[in-house]
Amino acid sequence: MKSFKNHISLIIALFTVLASVQIYVAVDRSIAAYESHLKNDYSVIVVASKNLTPIELKAMSSMIDRSESISTAQVLERLKGEMAPKNLELLRLTLPKFYRLYLSRFPTPSEIAQLQKRLERNAAIERVEGFSQTHDTVYKLMLLFKDVVQIFSIAIAAVTSLLILKEMRLWQFQHAQRMNIMALFGAPVWLRSAVLFRLAIVDAIIATSILCLAFFLIDHYGYLSMQLKEIGIRVQLFNFVDDAIRSLIIALSVSIALTLTIVLVHHEEE
Amino acid sequence: MDNVIIAENLSLSYKENETIISKATFSIEAGNFVFITGASGSGKSTLLKSFYGAIEPRQGQLVVGGTKMNRISSSKLNLLRRHIGIVFQDYKLIKEWTIEKNVMLPLIISGYTGDVSGSQVQKLLGHVKLTHQAGKYPQELSGGEQQRVAMARALAHNPILILADEPTGNLDEYSSSVIWNLLEGASTQLKATVIVVTHHIPEGLTIPFKHYHIEFGTINEIV
Repeated sequence: MKSFKNHISLIIALFTVLASVQIYVAVDRSIAAYESHLKNDYSVIVVASKNLTPIELKAMSSMIDRSESISTAQVLERLKGEMAPKNLELLRLTLPKFYRLYLSRFPTPSEIAQLQKRLERNAAIERVEGFSQTHDTVYKLMLLFKDVVQIFSIAIAAVTSLLILKEMRLWQFQHAQRMNIMALFGAPVWLRSAVLFRLAIVDAIIATSILCLAFFLIDHYGYLSMQLKEIGIRVQLFNFVDDAIRSLIIALSVSIALTLTIVLVHHEEE
Repeated sequence: MDNVIIAENLSLSYKENETIISKATFSIEAGNFVFITGASGSGKSTLLKSFYGAIEPRQGQLVVGGTKMNRISSSKLNLLRRHIGIVFQDYKLIKEWTIEKNVMLPLIISGYTGDVSGSQVQKLLGHVKLTHQAGKYPQELSGGEQQRVAMARALAHNPILILADEPTGNLDEYSSSVIWNLLEGASTQLKATVIVVTHHIPEGLTIPFKHYHIEFGTINEIV
């Protein structure tokens, strides 16, 4: 029971660290997926005085992924009954060309402004509409969400650090007697602290396994994936290879650092 | 005979302006059985601590088993301690370990394999009449039994030097006699040097011994 208590307190602390990191990673992934989703929906409208080919348009900025021409036929069709055919033909000839530009990534407000300037430098382009106000609102909302998650993760990390520090002091107290006795019989430092390292490694593996299981269940059966799918985001919240390895490395690093601190801080009783 | 301990003008203290042992010069030959007596707070235990490197000489020189104790490195100290068996008044047993594993501790540290250390531990537990308690934990034993375990542990690795700090201070008559018999046996059979810090020298010892008395920081041999 006592041994179980020794384990559980460190496992909980490690699990909290890993969970906060994993939540941050999952949110980051969701935001990246949402950015990609926004990118597909977002486009810049260009009004030109003459026909421009997709190659010409793409050459104007590396941010432009593809372009498509907006047909004016529908508008002219609507005006057919209201205007004389001669006037309609004149209108067709004088009507500017409209293009929709899709971008390679979701741009920042300054990138939109730069793109707009660059496009307007072309003599054939009369007007550029970047829908910057709508874009700005969405973009700022996304940044705010990112910041909130970051602050939340930092707060969790700070609280967990305090928890680990407390745990460290407890370990120091629990293991100091055994380490002192072993030192009195000439045990080298590695042998004195072998139990601590074994405990730390086992706890790191257990904490990582619990995290993997928890996120696997959330990812596959959870409400969260469904919520994300509803807003058009398909994202893997937990990647078994990458995330499990990263979590194990973090858990081992934290627990070994904790053990090393105890061993180095430990002073032999006189 | 070689000297196991050589002290020259040895001064010991815990703080800068304090003196517990002052300029002591003495030597202890290999195989000797030595008692160190003195009043409470006279520095007996401090002197014993200096023999296993828990306190460094403030002044003078101290050599234990051929190793200079002044500014000794931790690796050298570890090496020296593997040849010393220590018995404390408060036993200092590892409470998370069984009696068997506690006795095995010096053998584990010295790198003995399971079979060798297992048979040695069984033999020693037999000597201290605790074979039947091998699987128990220290807190399940009486004070006398715990001290017998500590005695067995001190002898497990056949040390050249055995240091005992008030080994029978809290014990009943039976446990005390077991401890003294083992210490005598260590001296006569293992040819180990035995140094015992005590308030009273027990009566009825069958072996010759040396007696040092500490008073006001000075060490005098009582002949």
